[in-house]
This record gives sequence, structure tokens and C-alpha cells, in this order.
Amino acid sequence: MSLALETRDLTKTFDVGKRLMRPPKAQVHAVHPTSLNVENGETLGIVGESGCGKSTLARMLVGLLPPTSGTIEIEGLSGGSSPADFGRVIQYVFQDPVSSLNPRKTIRQILEAPLIHLHGMGRTERSARIDEIFDSVSLRPEFLDRYPHEFSGGQAQRIGIARALAANARILVLDEPVSALDVSVQAQVLNLLADLKDELGLTYLFISHDLAVVEAVSDRVAVLYFGAVVEEGRAENIFASPRHPYTRLLAESAPVVGRPIGGQAQGELPDPMNPPPGCAFASRCPRATDICRTDRPELRPIEGDQRAACHHPLDP
Amino acid sequence: MSTFIKLLARNRLAIFGAAVLGVIILLIVVTPLLPLPDPDATATADRFKRPFSDGFILGTDHLGRDLLSRLLWGTQLSLAVGLAAALIAGTVGAAIGIVAGYFGGRIDNVIMRAIDMLMAFPYILLALAIVAALGPGLLNALYAVAAVNIPFFARNVRGVTVSIAHKEFVDAARLSGMGHIRILTTEILPNVLPVVIIAMSTTIGWMILETAGLSFLGLGSQPPQADLGSMLGEARAALITAPHTSIVPGMMILLIVMSVNLLGDGVRDALDPRLRSGALSRPMAATLVRRDETPPEEAETEAVLSLENLQTRFEVGSRIYRAVGGVSLAINPGECVGLIGESGSGKSVTALSVMGLVASPPGIITGGAVRLNGQDLIGAPYRRLRALRGDRVAYIFQDPLSTLHPLYRVGDQLTEAIRVHHRISRDAAHERAVKLLEDVRIPNARARIRSYPHELSGGMRQRVAIAMALANEPEVIIADEPTTALDVTVQAQILKLLDDLRRDRGVSILFITHDFGVVGQLCDRVAVMYAGRIVEEGTTAEVLDAPAHPYTKRLIACVPELGAGRRELHAIPGLPPAVDQLPHGCAFAPRCHKATGLCATSEIELTGTGRKVRCILPEEDVA
Repeated sequence: MSLALETRDLTKTFDVGKRLMRPPKAQVHAVHPTSLNVENGETLGIVGESGCGKSTLARMLVGLLPPTSGTIEIEGLSGGSSPADFGRVIQYVFQDPVSSLNPRKTIRQILEAPLIHLHGMGRTERSARIDEIFDSVSLRPEFLDRYPHEFSGGQAQRIGIARALAANARILVLDEPVSALDVSVQAQVLNLLADLKDELGLTYLFISHDLAVVEAVSDRVAVLYFGAVVEEGRAENIFASPRHPYTRLLAESAPVVGRPIGGQAQGELPDPMNPPPGCAFASRCPRATDICRTDRPELRPIEGDQRAACHHPLDP
Repeated sequence: MSTFIKLLARNRLAIFGAAVLGVIILLIVVTPLLPLPDPDATATADRFKRPFSDGFILGTDHLGRDLLSRLLWGTQLSLAVGLAAALIAGTVGAAIGIVAGYFGGRIDNVIMRAIDMLMAFPYILLALAIVAALGPGLLNALYAVAAVNIPFFARNVRGVTVSIAHKEFVDAARLSGMGHIRILTTEILPNVLPVVIIAMSTTIGWMILETAGLSFLGLGSQPPQADLGSMLGEARAALITAPHTSIVPGMMILLIVMSVNLLGDGVRDALDPRLRSGALSRPMAATLVRRDETPPEEAETEAVLSLENLQTRFEVGSRIYRAVGGVSLAINPGECVGLIGESGSGKSVTALSVMGLVASPPGIITGGAVRLNGQDLIGAPYRRLRALRGDRVAYIFQDPLSTLHPLYRVGDQLTEAIRVHHRISRDAAHERAVKLLEDVRIPNARARIRSYPHELSGGMRQRVAIAMALANEPEVIIADEPTTALDVTVQAQILKLLDDLRRDRGVSILFITHDFGVVGQLCDRVAVMYAGRIVEEGTTAEVLDAPAHPYTKRLIACVPELGAGRRELHAIPGLPPAVDQLPHGCAFAPRCHKATGLCATSEIELTGTGRKVRCILPEEDVA
């Protein structure tokens, strides 16, 4: 299988408290050097809690945010320099479906934008393509001349997906695409995404905080904590037999009917302005030893293609 | 557009302003057609004629020129100059503001500091300096007035642009291959245009005044050309001997500026979405009650809180949204009852109705009863509700950042909550607050009590909110999605805390959520809401293991469960109905695979005792 997307040591650092002449007061490492591979036709799930850097990572992948260091290769080519260069190969579906649509444009105008600016299509060609895309996300053609506020969340998210498809990109970054939707609608959108993937041979990066959703849609999953991948593996294994204690905490914390309330580990994320020298999870980890507090663990293979960044990985 | 006109028409002052301005504009439009003498023709023999004498309706000025003719031509000029200045200031200011707000960073800094410097000069001094540099003349006065007003527009528009430039649709436009210029003109400009129009409508009167001021000083229109300011200036010398020469242009300035401002404020109120949605109309202290009949006294029950056929609706214009359409629910002492539903199902409105916290207008409680220990609270006097709020019945809301006051230390907010209901000293209340923070397991409570809400993490803030709810040892806590905004690991901590607290203290909890997993772990009983009504009720185990209503059954199937691997998810086709257009009969029937003609013909009752279901074709038998 060929690689659809590959990042090498991708890093993002934000300056805090900029000053006119002198260097900034502090730096926040939103994403620590991260290397990810996504194969063609694969769905890579990315899970993590707020502040873990998953949105920063996603925005770098589509070119909305320039990386501080590291490289992104998409379908064997380095991405380019502007969002427009990225736009033809990789597209983004936003979390909030309503605020991702300009309230003063009709749906047709919104969907036409990528066709005009990325592909330079003529009028008749555009119209045919839009009808085709709109049909593929199961929306009625009369919706095309309406404005975004007339749609419910689920319909608006279908329009957001249609816009990403219109750019004809083969890779979609889905940033919490269903977390603003009700469960009954959430399933409709997830199933639509699965159908589109089979039909069009798409590759997905599916970002979410909901472990059950990620597990249901992904082939492989990467778990992010404090700006770094702490564990990576096949979706069916990673939550069933986690190797990193943080993954296990996540899996136990997810509320499941019939199981007592779990995941009692106290504590929260370390201060990003003042990160600990060793493992970022050490202060919450029941297995932490001295080495965890001084040396940052590297992501290494544990078993098969399951990898974890832990000095003391869990037994299966 | 039609709503804009309708809103504007409701504002009587704006209509009055529009009428006056309309008459003035009509007059100056027909001025060239009227049989008026030349406004600049002097006739010194006729100087200072009083109004209504010798065919001069408004009299004449110091050179014997007809005042009516000069007034109309002068008004035409003044209005045109004011309008032109507003257009120039609006266009240039908006352009500067959009560029600064969109690009941000250094560009923003340089532009806005320059604008700040412009604003630091007194406006009349600045205008004088500009006119002094360019030389006197009406056109130069126009430029000066426009330049002086640019900062106002630039700052306004920049503020709005900053908030729009970070919206996701701008990112989406960049990914669609649009360049900066195209994004500025087609994505951002249409969204800031209303702000520019609002700013223009409220400043145009001011600009007419400023132009008149410059002309009054002799820096605007040059003789013999008449505008309102120069007419006043020329009349100044004869203020005592021939007051009408000052009064006539003065009255006209007053009328124009007043009418423009009244209309402008009306336009602003009608266009501004915040004002339109009623942000200025303060909600009442308790929800309005309009019950046709008082429900009969209920038989003795052990329930601490019971809702009986509660009905709450929102009346917006001619539309009626039946958010809660007859909800009955009882909560026993020490019990945790889950109220589960999707967004718009009415679960939050039900919770807020209990203590009369639904905003009125537009909310109205139209029927039913809410009994706390047997006493009906609907329609209770505000004093009584206030004494109970936070004391006997406490709330925990979804977002602790917006429920805690950002400017007070959390300790002060906690002591306030205690001292509202108990006459105890500040020190005693403080000690109690520390104890409460320890109870909700905030580490180092004695130090944290001095923190401001923004210094705490989301989980810690929610703990403070829980401590506040516990402050007066209430009998019932109503928790409205208290963990939805939190991360899963923090959610588990908060759920555990709530569970422990209720077991230790015997407090009853009404837990509102959309998450079956949370309900399954925390609640004894659960009620499922759909379109403003309870469709199923029972113990948690019964409802989750053997759902009786088709909606519950299919909703549970939609929820992916961890540990089941990759799979196709079940979905419910269609959307929940809008509560202003509820279908007849069962609200779920249009989406239900079991629905028959009977489902839509008549009201379907909630049947059963203890285990209840509102369905004529239930999935499980509920006896």
C-alpha cells in the first residue's frame, strides 16, 4: 500500500507574550515532534482530550497553520506553501457545521468556490459537478439556493462534507465532525462518511474525543497526550488491550452502561508553559518511577504494529 | 428585509424621525422647481424683513436675500455634504478596519496605533488643522469632517472583523483556494456591512453638525453660497436685532439632526441582531405563569419534588413553541433520576421551569404544577421562589466558566451563596466555604479559595459549581448536562463525586443529559424525552436493557459502545419535529418503522405505573 500522508517530526510552537524587540516571554509546545503515516484508503483515528494538540496538528496538515519545523508529505509530494496548494489534495471538515458556512452565501455559492478557485471549472461543468456531489451526500437539489441558517446541524455537516468533496481531494481531515450533533443524527453522518469512503476511495484522518466513535470508524488509532503521540495501534486492539497507562485511563473513563464509574486517576494536564522534563503523564500515572520523571519516553514498538511511548508499558 | 421594516415600523420615534426627514428631503428635492427668488440675489433695500412680510415668507437676511430660498438651497447643500462625508468616512474607515482586523499582527498594530493618534486630537482642532492646510472651502470642510470620523468606523469595523476572521468559514474559504483579496471582499465584507450601515446611520447627523460648525467659523462654504452653518455665521452679528435670521437656519439644523438621529437609532435597533433578539429587554425575575386552572391538591406522596403535567411554551411573535408539553415526573428523597433527550427535546426547559428560571419573555408556564414537598411552586410569589432557589433546590449548569462570575474570587462567590440564605458571620461562612471545597475534593482548598474562576481548570471550576450547589444543603440538585463540556477523564471524576455526595448526604438529583452511558452509571431511574414529552420512564436497568418505546430502542442502538470494534452504526432517519409544528398524535411516528395510521390520529397517553411508555405498539410489555 502506498502512503497517502506522512509527517516527519512535525512540530508547532506558539510564542506567548510577544514583545517588540526582545524574544517572547515563553513558548508553548502545542505539538511535539510527531511522525504519522496514513496509508491510502485508510482511516486513522486521532483521539485526545482538550489541549492535547489535535486541532493544531490537523490545521498544520491542511496548511492553515505553518509548522515550526518538520515536513508533511502528501501522496509523495511535499504539501506546498498555501492552503490553496494543499486544498487540491487534502481537505478539512470542521467541527461546528453552522459556523463553517458563510451565513451570507447560498449553498451553491459555497460549493462553487473550490470548483472555481482550485479547478477553474466553467459554469455548466460546475453545475453538473455540484448536482453530482449534492446527490452523493443525499441532500435534495432545491437546498442549493438556500442560506446556511435554514439547515439543521446534521444537514449543515453534510454540506460541509460536500464542500470538502467538491475540491476533489483524496484525503479528508475530519475534525470532530459529529461532536456537535445529536446521537441519532451523528450515526447518519458517520454512515454517510463510511459510504463515501468506499465509493470514492478516500483516506480519512478522523479526530475526536469520543473513543467509541473513533473505534467504530477507524482502522488505526493514535492517542495524543500533551502534544505527543503516546500510543498507536489497530483500532480493535488499542482500547481493548492498551499498552500506555493513559490510553487505559481514557478507555476506563468512557461511560459505559453497566460498568461502575471508572478512571479515578486524579490530576490534570501539566502546565504547557512549564512542561515536565520526563513523561507528561507521570504525575497522574500509577506506574511512574524515577526514570519517568527525568527521561521522556520515545514511541517504540511493543507488539506487532502497536507502539507506545512508555517506560513501563502495560501487559496485555 | 421585511422583518427589518416591520421592526422599524414598531419604533414610533423612528417613524416620527423618518416622517420629518421625509418632508425635509421632499422639500429640497422640489426646490429647483419652486418659484423661489435667486438665493444669492442681494437687495439691500429689503434687508432684515421680518417673516411673513411683503411676500417674504421667512423674511430676509442682512443683504436682503430671501431666507426661505437660502434655507432650502442651504439645506440641500448641508445634507449632501453630510451624506458624502459619512460615505467617505464609512468607506475608508471600513476598508482600514477590515484590513487591520483580517491580517492582524504587525499590520493591525501599525494601523490601529495610527488611528489612535488621530483620535487623540480634539476633533474640531483636527478639522481646523486640515482646513487650514487645504484652505477654506466646502469641499475641504467635507474632507476634514470625513477624516475626523474615519477612526470611529475603523475601530468599529476592526472589532467585528477580528471576530469574523477567526470563524471557520474563513478557513474553509482559504482551503477552497481563495486569495486574501477575494476573502476580504466576498467572505468578510458582506458580514461587516450591517455594522458599517449601523455606524453610518448613527453618525450622519453628527457629521452634518460638524460641517455646519466649520461653515459657521467661515471655513466651509464661502459667500455668497448658502449652507446652514454659514447662514448661522452670517446671522450672528444681528442676533439681537433680527433674531429670525438665526432662528430659521438653527431650527432647520435641529430638525435635520434630530430626525436623522431618531431614524438612525431605529435602524440600528432593527438591524443589530443582539438588540433584535431582545438583549435589551430584561427577563423577569421569575417565569411568567398563565395557568387557566389550578391543579387540585395532590394526595400525600413521598416524592420530594414532583412535576405534574408541566407545560412551558415560548411565544415569539405569532409562533408558539411548545417546549414542554405536559411532563410528569417524581423524584424521591435520595434518588437520582435521569432525564435524557436530544437537543430541543425540552429537557433543559423542564429543569428551568421548576424554579421559574425560564426567561420571560418569551417563556410562559401555561399549566401543571411543580410540588416541592407537596407545596406548589408554580405561581408562587417571587420572594418565596427566591428563598428556595439555591437553598432547597440548587442547580448545576453545563458551562462553569459562564455560571461563575469572572471578576470575583470563588471563595467570595461561595460565601455569598451561603450568606444569602443564612445569617452567619463572614468568617463562619468562609470556614464553611473551605469545608465545601474540601468536600468536592479540591486539593489545597484553603489556597484555592482565593482563586479567580479563570485560574482554575474546567474540572476544578465544575467542582466549585458543585460546591456552590451544596452550600445550603439542598434537598434537590438539578444538574443540567454538568459533564458535557468536560473531558472524559475529568467527567469520570465529576460523576464519581456526584455519586458519592448523593449517597453520603441523601440529596436527590435530577440529572439531565444526552448520554446513555452517564445515565447508566449514575441514575436509579430514567425518563426519556422526545419533542417536549416523556415517552418512556422506568428504572435505569429496565429502560436500558429492554427499552419499550421504539424511539428509546433505536436511540440506544445509535450510540456506539466502546469495545465493539469497527462497524456500521444504526441511525434514525429524519429529524425531530420542530416544537412549533408538532404532528398530530405521536411525535415520533413520522420517523418510526412501526408506525401505523392509528399513531397519528389521536393523542397517545403515557401508560403504566412505575414503568411507563407512551406508545400503542411498544417493543416490550409494560404492565
